Amino acid sequence: MPRPGDSWVALTVVDRIMTKLKQLEDYREEIEQCVKCGACRAHCPVFGAEKHEGRVARGKVALAGAVLDGEIGFEAKVLEDLSQCLLCGSCCAQCPNKVPTEEIVAAARRRIAQQRGLSSFGKGLAAVLGRPKLMNVLAKTGGALSSLLFKKVPENSGLRLRFPAPYIDADRTLPPIAAKPFRERVPERIPGTEGAPTVAFFTGCGINYMYPAVGEAFLKILKFLGVTVIIPKDQACCGLPAVSAGAGGTVEALAAQNLAALNRTPVDYVVTACASCNAGIGKIYADLGGDYQTLAAKTMDIFVFLAQHGLPEKLAALPKAAQRTKVTYHDPCHLRTRGITKEPRLILKALPQIEFVEMAAAGTCCGLGGTYSVYHYETSKKIGAKKAANIGASGAELVATDCPGCIMQLQDSVNHAGLPQQVVHLLELVVDALPAVE
Amino acid sequence: MTESHIIAALKEIVGADKVSTEQADRICYSYDATQQKFLPDVVVHPTTTEQISRIMRLANAEKTPVFPRGAGSGFSGGSLPTKGGIVLTTEQMDQILEIDEENLVAVVQPGVVTEQFQQAVEKVGLFYPPDPASLKFSTLGGNVAECAGGPRCVKYGVTKDYILGLEVVTPTGDVITTGGPTMKGVVGYDLTKLMCGSEGTLGIMTKIVIKLLPLPEGKKTMLVLFDSIDGAAQAVSAIVRNKIIPTTLEFMDGRTLDCVRQATSLQVPEAARAVLIIEVDGDLEFLDKQARKIAEIIQPLGVVETRIAETHEESEEIWQIRRSVSASLRKVNPDKFNEDICVPRSKVPEMIRKIDVIAETYSIPIVNFGHAGDGNIHVNIMIDKQVPGELEKAEKAIEEVFKGALSLGGTMSGEHGVGIAKAAYIPLEITPETALYMKTIKKALDPNNILNPGKIFLD
Repeated sequence: MPRPGDSWVALTVVDRIMTKLKQLEDYREEIEQCVKCGACRAHCPVFGAEKHEGRVARGKVALAGAVLDGEIGFEAKVLEDLSQCLLCGSCCAQCPNKVPTEEIVAAARRRIAQQRGLSSFGKGLAAVLGRPKLMNVLAKTGGALSSLLFKKVPENSGLRLRFPAPYIDADRTLPPIAAKPFRERVPERIPGTEGAPTVAFFTGCGINYMYPAVGEAFLKILKFLGVTVIIPKDQACCGLPAVSAGAGGTVEALAAQNLAALNRTPVDYVVTACASCNAGIGKIYADLGGDYQTLAAKTMDIFVFLAQHGLPEKLAALPKAAQRTKVTYHDPCHLRTRGITKEPRLILKALPQIEFVEMAAAGTCCGLGGTYSVYHYETSKKIGAKKAANIGASGAELVATDCPGCIMQLQDSVNHAGLPQQVVHLLELVVDALPAVE
Repeated sequence: MTESHIIAALKEIVGADKVSTEQADRICYSYDATQQKFLPDVVVHPTTTEQISRIMRLANAEKTPVFPRGAGSGFSGGSLPTKGGIVLTTEQMDQILEIDEENLVAVVQPGVVTEQFQQAVEKVGLFYPPDPASLKFSTLGGNVAECAGGPRCVKYGVTKDYILGLEVVTPTGDVITTGGPTMKGVVGYDLTKLMCGSEGTLGIMTKIVIKLLPLPEGKKTMLVLFDSIDGAAQAVSAIVRNKIIPTTLEFMDGRTLDCVRQATSLQVPEAARAVLIIEVDGDLEFLDKQARKIAEIIQPLGVVETRIAETHEESEEIWQIRRSVSASLRKVNPDKFNEDICVPRSKVPEMIRKIDVIAETYSIPIVNFGHAGDGNIHVNIMIDKQVPGELEKAEKAIEEVFKGALSLGGTMSGEHGVGIAKAAYIPLEITPETALYMKTIKKALDPNNILNPGKIFLD
């Protein structure tokens, strides 16, 4: 249950105000585009695990339409169904009419937050999801994330939304919180060579607080290419977990902070090494219009950047190792649904120490889904178990991906399946292949 | 409204978490691909044959209607709970029980998704051919109930040709078995065939025994553009006359092509007014030869261009064109009536001409595509329901289309079934005597008319 001092309650005030983000009403036309064909049943990871129409895009779109028509209110069962969405966008990508269910669900969650406050949303969820289970979770609060370590993470960070301390299941394996966040370890400007582009590195919370080594790898690779990197210290969470939680006001507050931080120094691109941040800035900010749209247009995934700036050719020129490690790749939803699938593979295949193997269903969601996994850990684990089975069957020793959230979830799934694979960020493999740079 | 003691009894049978009277669940199980909406009183997710048997006994005692449902992806309203009551969905009975590689037989539960079953048997070199367009999400139970077809049926036949036996819960709650795992079996009536295409009105399938084939070694896809629909139709006849039965023979008319041109980046010469997508399968060395032979046979029939896919990717590109058709139609008008008449394949050109006349008479765009190889034409009558009078015109046009198909020795529905969508038109195709025979069977098996009432035949 949300309690005083809990981030849920703290966010309520700001999220009650109106937001520039689209309202549920704005999606009426898209909702009517759903022809109820059922194609989403083939692609929704949650439906695959639960086999219930309320869990699939078609059902959620029907419910959103019924809410707009006044046929149903935000009663407990509707809240539960709307909470059962990873926002992975797999349904929309395969929908014959491209109905943007993930946007519709996010808008519905914002509406719920506006009407009832986020804490009520949290309460509604908790009430529906079974009190005994929740009590069980609450009883284990001493587990996974120590509140002491978590104090290093700001209140409005996506990590707080993803893993609000009292909700964490003790069964979950999590990486430790870094003793010193990445952005506190590095200068704000790392000069490159003349003529090479200048980029801002949007680190995101995952790299900053949990996977600083990925950030280090990022910097080494861009140094190798002579790129000037700006790392604004005052950048904030991209806001995507707040989108998932329905915290529209928080999304806008974070966007404003990031706009100011990233616009201070002129750059050619804003580069991310986290699929979710890439979608957060590259897609969600675009909906906010104006300067946000300009920022969104400049945002680029690191592997797209590397592919466009000659890295595959440089890697291909390196001598191939005699003993190569088998590596498979997991497509983060937030890149896959935005059409970024080729570039990471292009770079993986060019790595001299790697033998790339494609796994089955590489593009299926890992099951993390922003705040999803916190409230629906059991379903999230079922989705992850399918992923783990495919990872096991691929014969790969390592799994590479491009999103700290996916890394965390995939490693947890692999651990639960009792498999030996390690999940890494693809940047860590790239940096291993490069000659040492000073 | 289904009374509370019935709800309590249902909960006792399947467990409280598998029974819902929540408004949200009633909405989620109120529709299918016809986009019509009927709210059930209660949604039940049984997981065993015994539970379904007990539900049917309860429903009979209480005279409560039961509406069986697979994926709810049908085009005829077969699963819609038109009279409230109970929606009984088999979507959670989704296990493949057995794949017998010695006897080429599989046993599945009704909620198994068609494509997942195909992938499972293909892993061991076996093949289940029926491929309705909905195969990625429709269930085998639904496929059997509607006797689903698909592009490959021109060579391999439809769902009923692969069903060897069934376990069925009857409308009164008995559990019966029909047929079995043997290729032959003539003891008693062929109830398996009776159940195939019975649209959930004669029983609920709880186990399905399926015949499998060896998986063909490979396939070859070709796209052929014609300067007229007649040329394409003649090509179909010419290929068959030359004793070649391709795996698929899909066609799209000129108007379909216009839609696809607008919706995708497809490069198609303006001269092309009809398309055939032809696929052959079999041993690899045999495929090129057959594709070349087909190309030779059809060359004189107004071919504008022939593309033969050399790789899997090229083949997928061709199929992508076919798959993009349905969505692209919305560019014409927002609402569509998707009918699936079937005529003897030699009559396809004549039928298309009849449809053109109907489209002109009622000044409604009608877009045709479908399975030319078996004469199964998807007739899409495109209207805007918001425009006054359009709906009435569409209804008249549909009746004309049906009458046209019947006058050529065809049928109103090749694969979608009657459900509620075509129930009013039944007297056009079925004589009163035949209808009486069918209704007598239904009445004898379901004396209280509680299993999917009001489907196929209007009450």
